[in-house]
Amino acid sequence: MNSPALETLGLQKSFGALTVANAVDFRLDRGARHALIGPNGAGKTTFVELVTGALRPNAGQIRLGGVDVTQLVQAERVKRGLVRTFQITALFCRLSILENVTLAICERQGIAGGLVRPSGHHRAAIEEAHALLERLGLEDEALRPVNTLAYGRQRLVEIAVSLALSPKVLLLDEPAAGVPSSESGRIIEIIERLPADIALLIIEHDMDLVFRLAQRITVMVQGSILVEGPPETIAADPEVRRVYLGERASA
Amino acid sequence: MSDALSAAVSIGFHGLAFAMVLYLISVGLSVTMGLMGFVNLAHGVFAMLGGYVLTSLMSRLGVPFLPAVLGAAVAVAAASLPIERLLYRRLYGGDELDQVLLTMGLVFMSVAGATYIWGPLQQPLQPPAWLSGAVDVGFRTFPAYRSFLILCGATLVTALWLGIERTRFGARVRASVDNLRMAQSVGIDTSRLFMTTFALGSGLAGLGGGLGADLLAINPGYALQNLAYFLIVVAVGGLGSIRGPFAAALLLGVADSGFKYLLPEFGAFFIYTLTMAILLWRPRGLFGRA
Amino acid sequence: MTPIGAVDAFAGRHRYHLLEALPWLAAVATYFVFPDYLALGAQILATILFALSADLVLGYAGIVTLGHAAFFGAGAYMAGILAAHGWGEPITGLFAGAAAAALLGFLSGLVVLRTTGLALLMQTLVVATMVAEAANKASFITGGDDGLQGMVVWPVFGWFRFDLFGHTAYFYCLTVLFLCWLAARHIVHSPFGRSLTGIRENVRRMHAIGAPVARRRLVIYTISAGLAGISGALIAQTTQFVSLSFLSLERSGTVLIMLIIGGVGQLYGAFIGVPLYMVAQNRFSEIDPVYWYFWIGLLMVVVVVFARGGVLGLSDRFRR
Repeated sequence: MNSPALETLGLQKSFGALTVANAVDFRLDRGARHALIGPNGAGKTTFVELVTGALRPNAGQIRLGGVDVTQLVQAERVKRGLVRTFQITALFCRLSILENVTLAICERQGIAGGLVRPSGHHRAAIEEAHALLERLGLEDEALRPVNTLAYGRQRLVEIAVSLALSPKVLLLDEPAAGVPSSESGRIIEIIERLPADIALLIIEHDMDLVFRLAQRITVMVQGSILVEGPPETIAADPEVRRVYLGERASA
Repeated sequence: MSDALSAAVSIGFHGLAFAMVLYLISVGLSVTMGLMGFVNLAHGVFAMLGGYVLTSLMSRLGVPFLPAVLGAAVAVAAASLPIERLLYRRLYGGDELDQVLLTMGLVFMSVAGATYIWGPLQQPLQPPAWLSGAVDVGFRTFPAYRSFLILCGATLVTALWLGIERTRFGARVRASVDNLRMAQSVGIDTSRLFMTTFALGSGLAGLGGGLGADLLAINPGYALQNLAYFLIVVAVGGLGSIRGPFAAALLLGVADSGFKYLLPEFGAFFIYTLTMAILLWRPRGLFGRA
Repeated sequence: MTPIGAVDAFAGRHRYHLLEALPWLAAVATYFVFPDYLALGAQILATILFALSADLVLGYAGIVTLGHAAFFGAGAYMAGILAAHGWGEPITGLFAGAAAAALLGFLSGLVVLRTTGLALLMQTLVVATMVAEAANKASFITGGDDGLQGMVVWPVFGWFRFDLFGHTAYFYCLTVLFLCWLAARHIVHSPFGRSLTGIRENVRRMHAIGAPVARRRLVIYTISAGLAGISGALIAQTTQFVSLSFLSLERSGTVLIMLIIGGVGQLYGAFIGVPLYMVAQNRFSEIDPVYWYFWIGLLMVVVVVFARGGVLGLSDRFRR
């Protein structure tokens, strides 16, 4: 039972002549705090799409907790605990945040297909959703539509929805992107307080955030993994500096 | 010529003629739907208008055939411009339902409008003397008008394809269909492009409607009656494709002729089944983008 | 709002409000206030059911369809053919109509729902055209262009005879509508119904929370088809006639129009839009049938162009 939480073997994806994932071998350990960084266009979000099943690879394998999930559709992978958030908020904007989270909980509990059951079932799900909102400090806005919230709060709702699915592996795609610094502190706090048994992979550009949260960093460039290791190693690596952090002499 | 071969040639011939008409009418719709992402259920109205203008020019004003055909195409193209500018433009990239309702509303209005202006009866097309009768190619004869349709259609199609491939305008259209945002960011004036493409597509539809008046009868209910056929050509061909609808029109035209000849009782039913089968296999059409 | 308050408010959305009794009271009142118009009234009630079924796929699941008349017609022809061939029992006729339409919905849904947007719209149209063509060609059963003749519908429960004045028809349609409405309401407020709203609002997100989107859409499509079939059967039984117009593109189009007038996705749009449309059409058709299409077309254009944010936006503003 020592298999990693998430693993890709030789993951390959090309669009014609453009290769966006070049035989990527990646490993995410259980309980990991792992960051994926790289310049724009490196293929990070594509990687997430391949792993979650939104995109089909040309070759390679994806293993979730040791089980091959390459042939499963996205919804199936979610049921097995592979959850992602979106870089650009993808919520039900006109619905209340309580509804957003409740929908996720109903799916997880398997009651969302229910047509004939009385609404009592539903109430338990709603209460769980509300409790989750409380944990993230969102309960005051429970009935407000998502699109009336500040952007930073919306990103929190994204995280709330992903937590509602009881993830084993959580892929956070630029959780603080576009969020003013006054609100990003909260997001970082929440991420730091995530349960230790969730394997976390964060895609980020914000280096402060990365070095604060990550125990291990993978650098991706043009669809390939350049280097991988603990933060100190990555920060000191001249290749990484050249490719990503720029030519400036860093402190 | 043996019977079976002769039958096959007839079917192929009539199918080709029908295909030309269908293609001319539908190519504009394919581009509109693929380029502007706009569900234009009223496209048949332009074809119908072409038919009415052609028959009116010829029978009421005595305009000779060829100028009248040209006149019809130009008139329809011109008439389509205000519709695009004032109405359609507001709904690009918008909710499908809005587009369906707007264009359905226009279709309903067209039915009433056509009845008011031209009355409820079918407008027959009187082809000119030099296109009546038959053409003798040695081993058999072919109806002259249909032969003209095929030749005319082939010329137009070739011109269209060359235009799309070889001209700057064509390149801009192809780029915009492929990736609209990208096209805009390299400086293509998409708003002007939409207008021009729309007028071109509508003009072609008017041309096809006029030329094909004896294949698809010109009457007030035209747009509703033939909507399914036009949409099938576009759906099977693939939205935004220029060539796809031609393949689809060929398939449809030949199948239609074939079934009319071989199994007239079942007519269009098999065509629809064939369509559903193709769409099951390729939901985005034969040449559609995924 | 207190935590429990928020949960209560949210969880209590499915409870019945007093206002919801209004349409039913109005319907019963109509029986006494407009005794000469009961035949029309029955038609209206049956058509409300048709629009309601369309609202389930359109307003709740966000599936734009131009072929809903196929299910309406399938139910009508099923009930009609039974009644014309010796089995005139109305209730079982309704069930048969529902079953036929639901089967058609299921089979066509398997194909049609694999795509979205324009491709889906076109496919719904093709299916409906196919069904219409089949009905036309199978004129030995359906009566083709002349319509289905010789329907004999037995009295409801062996007691309530269908008469020319529509007394039985009116209450028959009202009861069926009420029962179907209860079912629709229950569906809409169930977790399944809420997930449909999610599918409509952001299908990408639904996939990302593990929802079997395709399956859900197929289920609601089938249910909606069944309800449409019941409405078709109702019309067939109460008018004792079925024609090819039941399957027409016009019918699919006008049900959309009736829904839009009332408001999509709010369960009651059908109750407002259908009576308004049908009463107006009834009046207008006496004056000039052709120009009815002109005005209704113009209304559509005006509504779409001048309602900011599109028609759905307008009806949304009244929601909550």
